[in-house]
Amino acid sequence: MLYLKWARAINPEPAFLKEREESKMVFFFQNLINALQWGSFYALIALGYSMVYSIMMLFNFAHGDIFMVGAYIGFGVAMGLMALASLMSFALPGWLVLVVTILLSMFLTSFVGMFVERVGYRPLREAPRASAAITGLMIGIILEMLILWGVGTQRISFPPLIETITYSINGVFITNKKIMIVGVSLSFMLALHLFIKRTRWGMAMRAMAFDFVVVPLMGVSINRIAAMTFAIGSALAAVAGILFGVAYPVLDPYMGILFGWKAFVAAILGGRGSIMGATLAGFLLGFIEIFVAMIFPSTLRDIIAYSIVLLILVFRPYGFFGEPYSAKLRL
Amino acid sequence: MKKGLFIGIVCCIVVGLFFFACGPKAPTTIKIGINAPITGDIPKVGEGTKFAAQMWLEDINAAGGLKVGEKQYKVELVIEDNESKAESAVKANTKMITEDEVLVIVGPQSSKQAVPAGEVANKYNTPMISPWSTNPKTTKDRPFVFRGCFLDPFQGPVVANFIKNEFGYTKAAVLYDVASDYPKGLAEFFKAAWEDLNGTGSVVAYESFTTKDADFSSQLTKIIKSGAEVLFTPQYYNEVALIVQQAHQLGWDKPIVGSDSWGSAETVKLCGKDCYGQFFSTHYAAAGAKGATKEFIDRYNKKYGYIPDDVGALTWDAIRLVQKAIESYGTITGDLKKDRQGIRDAFAKIKEFEGITGNMTFTEEGDPKKCAVIVKISDAGEFEFYKSICP
Repeated sequence: MLYLKWARAINPEPAFLKEREESKMVFFFQNLINALQWGSFYALIALGYSMVYSIMMLFNFAHGDIFMVGAYIGFGVAMGLMALASLMSFALPGWLVLVVTILLSMFLTSFVGMFVERVGYRPLREAPRASAAITGLMIGIILEMLILWGVGTQRISFPPLIETITYSINGVFITNKKIMIVGVSLSFMLALHLFIKRTRWGMAMRAMAFDFVVVPLMGVSINRIAAMTFAIGSALAAVAGILFGVAYPVLDPYMGILFGWKAFVAAILGGRGSIMGATLAGFLLGFIEIFVAMIFPSTLRDIIAYSIVLLILVFRPYGFFGEPYSAKLRL
Repeated sequence: MKKGLFIGIVCCIVVGLFFFACGPKAPTTIKIGINAPITGDIPKVGEGTKFAAQMWLEDINAAGGLKVGEKQYKVELVIEDNESKAESAVKANTKMITEDEVLVIVGPQSSKQAVPAGEVANKYNTPMISPWSTNPKTTKDRPFVFRGCFLDPFQGPVVANFIKNEFGYTKAAVLYDVASDYPKGLAEFFKAAWEDLNGTGSVVAYESFTTKDADFSSQLTKIIKSGAEVLFTPQYYNEVALIVQQAHQLGWDKPIVGSDSWGSAETVKLCGKDCYGQFFSTHYAAAGAKGATKEFIDRYNKKYGYIPDDVGALTWDAIRLVQKAIESYGTITGDLKKDRQGIRDAFAKIKEFEGITGNMTFTEEGDPKKCAVIVKISDAGEFEFYKSICP
């Protein structure tokens, strides 16, 4: 103690100590940025699980594969746009292609979602929940096989629509893509929040989540609301798929399985049926995965990360924002 | 109704007995099984395997069949998809051995499938040759299993020595998939070799992930912080693209070195400019090849429209080794058990072989000794021969 005081008196902040502190901070912030990007994907996908659950009391296990289909549709749209632009010898800036790709793919993928609801879930609405759950698994496999059959087995390289620019801020590296991904995800989450809070359709969804037996008697069509929920969830999955393609430009037909499972974990962790919870838990899961790998050997990452999740569930069995026996869409 | 069924069953039994009574007849076709990852994580590898095997079959058909002893035999390829999964590879081998009654199996390619599938082949006394599996466990204590490439205990030191001699570095980082036999084995051999050269603790970061991961930012951030001068990552092409790109986005500007799993036609396609200038060790280099190797490359390129990667070339060598073994076995008796044993013995007697991936001499274990090649990915995205390292 005394020695330290004395040392400080001569040299208030030893250079090497300061340097070490700084490198620690750089390391921390670098991982913070990594985690923000990774968490965005979980959050976007978890939202889809959560919305469907709150309306229909079922987990759409095909959601991870809808995310995959969204990425492939995004790939198709982007390639089509670029081919069209070069055909008409018209210079299309990359960001514009990206914006159009996201919007158009959301539109197209929402039809995939509605189709899945129409052929997969609607006929089984009165069936036991387990039957509906395995329907999701089967649809997932069908979607994978359709892509495999239609596109072939080779990996697809998502076109680099915007050039990667890497910024270094005091040794923390951040790319324009990372900023874009986090920004776009957050704005879509905000848009969903406003939609559910401020519009009549949103109100209908909230009402349906409150009670899907009585509300249809008041003249709200459950079929229409269910289709809309699937459409919105799938559109968000498409956004996640395209952003995923931008960040990790290797697409394969099975990429949605593990990712879907982990996002499902986030949806449960957030509290079943809670939009806010799904968003927060998605980011939390990203943070846990990244920071566990930062502190512990990376071999143990998933063991430790998911033990933590398990522990959280032991203390909060209904997740962060969930309530016992309630599927209210709470905002 | 019941009577009809009964008569039907009796008829079936009678017909069955009739066929059974005929006994084993001298066959006119030779069946060779191909166990390849047609779908799954590395479909390009499966495609290369299939294409090389089919090209070989064309040659055989053009010559009117495979001549064994005095007789010409037709050759049939039984191609099974192992989905790049260990359990599917085992299933495919079992099916080909017990149902399709193949004489020899070529494949599987990656060690993840070749190690468990080799056990099945050995158990059923069926000769198998894996063209691409470099993990020692594939052939160890398995008299019926052979391979067409060098081993990881050789490849690990080759890469370590190359980095040391080329750049003079003393601190290395490793990033590998802990859930797959090949990267895990090779990462360990590299680490041991590197620490032999530079002392313990010279592998400053030893990070891993699991198959299907797409985000390596956390591991790479750790590697960058560790002060490593070079990154070694023995991964397959789909992961290579992601690892190299993410490393550059996190500010890594030092060399990244890989192993023979990089040598796919897909690597550069997926990875792009980020992979230019990087090195990896492999079995052969397509650019600047001569003689029979060049002949093979040109033919393959003309037929399928791209330069064959190492898997294609190794499969070609493996299937020609199989051909040599069958030819030197002499007579096909039609007794499956006897023929398989005979082909295995003939295989084990091959001491030297001139392949398009280099000359090989075989050891007792059924492993070839051959040279490794260091390849540099040029600024045009081509695999350029850089250096040859022999045992």
